[in-house]
Amino acid sequence: MSSKVALTGNEALAQAMRQINPDVVAAYPITPQTAMVQTFSQFVADGEVDTEYVTVESEHSAMSATVGASAAGARAMTATAANGLALMWEVLYIASGTRLPIVMPVVNRALSGPINIHCDHSDAMGARDSGWIQLYAENAQEAYDNAIQALRISEHKDVMLPTMVNLDGFITSHAVESLEILADSDVKEFIGEYKAEHHLLDSKNPIAVGPLDLQDFYFEHKMQQSIAMENSKEVILEVAKEYKELSGREYEFFEEYKLDDAEIGIVALNSTAGTAKGAVDNLREQGVKAGLLKIRVYRPFPGEEIAEVLKSLKAVAVLDRAESFSTNGGPVFGDIRSILYNIKADVEVVNYIYGLGGRDIKVGEIESVYRDLEEIIDSGNVKNRVSHLGVRE
Amino acid sequence: MRKILEIRWHGRGGQGSKTASILLGKVAAKTGKNIQAFPEYGPERMGAPVLAYNRISDDLITLHCQVTEPSIVAVLDPTLLEVVDVTEGVPDDGIIIVNVGMEPKELKEKLEFKGEVYTVDAYGISTEEIGAPFPNTPMLGALIKAADLLDFDKFLEEVKKEFKKKFAHKPEVVDGNMNSIKRAYEEVRS
Repeated sequence: MSSKVALTGNEALAQAMRQINPDVVAAYPITPQTAMVQTFSQFVADGEVDTEYVTVESEHSAMSATVGASAAGARAMTATAANGLALMWEVLYIASGTRLPIVMPVVNRALSGPINIHCDHSDAMGARDSGWIQLYAENAQEAYDNAIQALRISEHKDVMLPTMVNLDGFITSHAVESLEILADSDVKEFIGEYKAEHHLLDSKNPIAVGPLDLQDFYFEHKMQQSIAMENSKEVILEVAKEYKELSGREYEFFEEYKLDDAEIGIVALNSTAGTAKGAVDNLREQGVKAGLLKIRVYRPFPGEEIAEVLKSLKAVAVLDRAESFSTNGGPVFGDIRSILYNIKADVEVVNYIYGLGGRDIKVGEIESVYRDLEEIIDSGNVKNRVSHLGVRE
Repeated sequence: MRKILEIRWHGRGGQGSKTASILLGKVAAKTGKNIQAFPEYGPERMGAPVLAYNRISDDLITLHCQVTEPSIVAVLDPTLLEVVDVTEGVPDDGIIIVNVGMEPKELKEKLEFKGEVYTVDAYGISTEEIGAPFPNTPMLGALIKAADLLDFDKFLEEVKKEFKKKFAHKPEVVDGNMNSIKRAYEEVRS
């Protein structure tokens, strides 16, 4: 029996972690993730989980301890945000390169400097090439659902890659929202028991973890990682299908909102996609054929599938909540434009960088983006390929 | 656009405007509504003006921007009237409820606000019932009455459960808070 509750995003993820009942959690608190690990550590203290909670002195140690635990065959988790993720950097690659199925909620927050604790995606976007699967969530419900599915995706024998479960700092992590959580027993059954195929504590089959891997094999191991990432696509869909049977909630690589007959569309991830739905509804009432594509799975990037949907539009705006400083637009824009080029789609694609450091993005601002797209179609001209939305001049 | 009721809470850091918005949200959720409750996070300091919000709807709420045109506003401290425009973005048919000794008619003129204005002495009520001026729980009672939001008995029943959870380590304050809500519900003036 699932139950309808009103929780913050952080509380919802702490509940997911309680239900997952990992063998080991090693985490260091950082705003806006703090309430998640604090709530979880209370579950540990109250004996509601069997988890060995390792208090560490930094995020570098948090990820290192999680890697150690996972290499020893444990189901290991951690959670972080922003500068915490940045401090984990070198160990992120060790986790993915060692093929450890670690699941980590990341509460998306701007990277310093200047110092800022509010939402943007500069943390996760910087880690997009670290070999981790990345899932994104519009609200607390999706973050909770993604966390549970992530276990199954990461631990699948054809995948064995770590997963980041992203949610927007403060906007999702600190707002109380309505959501449904599954029964403890259903989660337990869904994720099953984790049995590592090879691990350090298996004395009958001793292995080395993390030895030197030079010109002769490093490349092959990276190739295997790449193949595993490719494999994860099928697994992500299989797990989503099974999860739908359990929860009634449907997940794919991305969500299409009123795109069927749309002429103009926006691509967004996380909470802004929800606000954009409000803009689409408003414009639809005025007869504007507007739609939205919300990316859930950003790594691996479901390029062919997204291109197939976007190719029927006339103009698309990609919203990026991160600066890449390439001077050619944000990271999601680069990916979307590239896949449309592959199929020689006749679609104008423009980019809006928005919401940095938690700058609010309103329904009206998103509507103005759709108006810009209409103008591009009418005039046949793109005035600005890359714009910054909501910034003062 | 889907029909969504939006509420803005004005308070001072430490007065519990965030708690009030969360309590209202949790109780409304228990009655089957979809809700959001969230404060505006800035550099919080005790006594500084702060904001919190609610969205309540029968439909799924997808908006994740700040609330800019609330139809209901609750003001937890009368001195805020001198430093914050509490009417900002509120439509002419909106409702403003203020913790102040003033008569509603007088306040309505002062605010130059066309909608409904309610006043309640939340400091007086909480000082008598809880023993200290905590305006957030009496303001909840006043808001339920003024905005005719939820069935009051159902609200009381659910809010008591929340208090029992929240104050598990100091159950003696539950009754005072419950009485504050009930008295403000009765005493709020229009």
